[in-house]
Amino acid sequence: MTETIQRLSTAPEPVGPLRRSAGPLVVVRRWWRLLTSMRTALVLLFLLAVAAVPGSLLPQRSLNQSKVSQYYAEHPDLAPVLDRLSLFDVFSSPWFAAIYLLLFISLIGCVLPRTRMHVRAMRQPPPPVPSRLDRLPQSASFEHDLSPSAVADAATAALRSGRWRVVRRQSGTRGETVELSAEKGYLREIGNLAFHSALVALLFGLAFGKLSGYEGSILVEEGAGFCNSFQQYDTYRNGPLAGAGDLTPLCADLERFSVEYEDNLIPARFLADISYTRELGGPVSAYPLAVNSPLRTDGVRLYLTGHGFSPRFTITYPDGESFTDISAPFIPEEQSTLASTGAVKLPDRPGGAAEEQLAIEGFFVPTAADLGDSRLVSVDPRPLNPAVAIVVYQGSIGLDSGAPQNVFRLDQRQIDRGVLERVGAGNLLVGQSLGLPDGTEIRFEGYKQWAALQLSHDPGQLTVLVASVVMLLGLLCSLVVRRRRVWLRCRPEHPGVDGATSSRTVVDVGGLARVDAGGFSSEFAALVGQFSGKRSGRD
Amino acid sequence: MAVNDSLAALSDSAFTLSIVTYSVGVVGFAGEYAFGRRGRIARTSSEQTVGAAGGDTVTTTSVGSSTGQRLGVFGLACTVLGAALQLASLVLRGIAAGRVPWGNMFEFASGVVLVTVLSFLWLVWHAPRLRHLGVFVLIPVVFVLVYAGLTLYAEAAPLVAALRSYWLVIHVAAAIAATGVFLLSFVVTVLYLVRQRYERGVLEDGAMPRPVAALGPRLPAAAELDRLAYRTVAFAFPIWTFAVIAGAIWAEAAWGRFWGWDPKETWALIAWLVYACYLHARATAGWKGVKAARINLLGFFAMTFNFLIVNMVISGLHSYSGLT
Repeated sequence: MTETIQRLSTAPEPVGPLRRSAGPLVVVRRWWRLLTSMRTALVLLFLLAVAAVPGSLLPQRSLNQSKVSQYYAEHPDLAPVLDRLSLFDVFSSPWFAAIYLLLFISLIGCVLPRTRMHVRAMRQPPPPVPSRLDRLPQSASFEHDLSPSAVADAATAALRSGRWRVVRRQSGTRGETVELSAEKGYLREIGNLAFHSALVALLFGLAFGKLSGYEGSILVEEGAGFCNSFQQYDTYRNGPLAGAGDLTPLCADLERFSVEYEDNLIPARFLADISYTRELGGPVSAYPLAVNSPLRTDGVRLYLTGHGFSPRFTITYPDGESFTDISAPFIPEEQSTLASTGAVKLPDRPGGAAEEQLAIEGFFVPTAADLGDSRLVSVDPRPLNPAVAIVVYQGSIGLDSGAPQNVFRLDQRQIDRGVLERVGAGNLLVGQSLGLPDGTEIRFEGYKQWAALQLSHDPGQLTVLVASVVMLLGLLCSLVVRRRRVWLRCRPEHPGVDGATSSRTVVDVGGLARVDAGGFSSEFAALVGQFSGKRSGRD
Repeated sequence: MAVNDSLAALSDSAFTLSIVTYSVGVVGFAGEYAFGRRGRIARTSSEQTVGAAGGDTVTTTSVGSSTGQRLGVFGLACTVLGAALQLASLVLRGIAAGRVPWGNMFEFASGVVLVTVLSFLWLVWHAPRLRHLGVFVLIPVVFVLVYAGLTLYAEAAPLVAALRSYWLVIHVAAAIAATGVFLLSFVVTVLYLVRQRYERGVLEDGAMPRPVAALGPRLPAAAELDRLAYRTVAFAFPIWTFAVIAGAIWAEAAWGRFWGWDPKETWALIAWLVYACYLHARATAGWKGVKAARINLLGFFAMTFNFLIVNMVISGLHSYSGLT
């Protein structure tokens, strides 16, 4: 009984008690068995869940670098300690990797022997009929008019049509007793193994994608474009196996950007009409890029990840020279009204002194409300009445100092040092101008829209998707399918009588399913009904 | 797309009515529980023995009092009516806003408990003797609905652009279904722990906490509750797996990557891992029973944390609570 139950499961045997003196090989074996035991897997699984918790509670560099900086500012003593423990990079930390790698080794160490055992089990015929069928969890007995072999034939047909594996054996002194062993539900373990193997495949797909994938982001104004190369991106990240030469050639231009709003001003649809080409001078295609609808081409995906406004200015110097179409993207501070801040750093005038550079710091509102005072307030995300509040500086912006600058802000150190001086400020509606003391005029012309685009390449994606689907199917099989066995013993009612054709047949049936197998009793009852001819009437 | 205000108001009324109906159902089920016990004292009820661990038997009483039975049927009728009202509330909201009715936390919570109630009704359909457990199912249901109505309520409104995808229908529906069944499993597991404590108390002939002594006798056998808790998790786990996979597929289209350790994703994985732990623990010697049951409770804790704390306290990409 117990033996039969255990043989239904191909789970590895439990780890035995550890002996004291042992050679190195035995020690290795022992550790291997400890690592691949279910109990260890359970602990590792739980550890992985616990280890992920700080990654969701503490700011993570991979998600938001500025929040980490903020945390540093707020907890100057604690932050370096946490950082040393990789708690701001939990998911790429060595200890997190250690847990999941151990878990996957444990998993492989469990799946391989179980696969071997299951293959063996599938090759083996179902085991012989136990001597006492009435001791099984499910058992029944009935008499039949036909001979044992005829009853067994009918039962075999019934079982086979239900896709049971059936083995027929004969016993008794002259083989007058016919025994059937049937088994079903091999798919349970196959599903189980497929699920766990797919998990391993998923991890490989994930790792491969991270190693050979890349991702770049860029802000593009209407009418402008970019090409897929690391130099052009505002920010990019590439895996160690993705070199600059591996980038898919692709150039895209933002033709037009638009937003549709609901009555309550929540955005209903963002649309970036782009045109793109895969080779210089090659055919140009158009694509309506939208949220939830990226452009997929040649293994790369182009996404629309944000939008905003770039105020446009015309600068006219006292000598009459003017620069038109000066603009810079402003970053929305408030998503609901799209009030944005930013800075415009003007290039050197040809022949002008480096100390006479102009820079504008500004606040842009798509729809200005008239509050009567000099403050600008945005009341609508749509550009119905664009206005800008600007502060103009003159002097040395410090672009040539070599130190990296935030493009959306002026370098405060230059202002503090006095090399960049405030020369004017004002609120402008479209068409209005601000005059500077030296006679320079700054005219607010309007705005352009910009879109934040992200280009991604992840060659591991398909592997991960396929692995996930296999995982789900395997999981379903391993939870829905039950492994179960049915035995029949068909013996003549009066053994020993020659020419048993006239004799009736006594049939004993027994059934066994694994624990938690609900519904087996009704399945068993239905089978017995079929065998005895009550339902199928087969004879 | 304009919101139909009168339908939205009707939906809110149906929601309130469903809470009232469920609450009346609680009274009915509680009455069944109380009368059933009186019946036991009067020894009018038939007794049945249920095998417990180690071959010992624990006596349990089946519902014997006809008053109790009538109250139970009344409670069940209230449950069905409440579910119908709740369903109506969700459908009306969907029509009013012109979208699927699972676009914010309020609708999500309502959907979750509706799934819990429906799966309980399905259970009672197949095993009517479990009917009197209704009181334990409806109390958390009413609690969640009141909490959702008071704290999570959001007006029927159209979805923001980012949520306008057919993956919302698939991903969120799967998450709701899985969470609802996990909630049922949570309730059953709590009952299992009570009953388990009771059975141990009976076997050891020792004292037990008063609530255990009061609730224990009328609960189904611990082994049965344990099996039920397992089956509900075994049912919900693949759905949850599917919800996470569907979420990853959607994230790939919406956010440019299928997995990015956003707090919501992380907690979905944590809950998945904990339930995977539970399924493994139930098949591991030394972890079966109470230990596994506690892991099940932990799993639901992770689900709740993911829903409430991650949405409202931790900022992430899944900030669609509809709360301001």
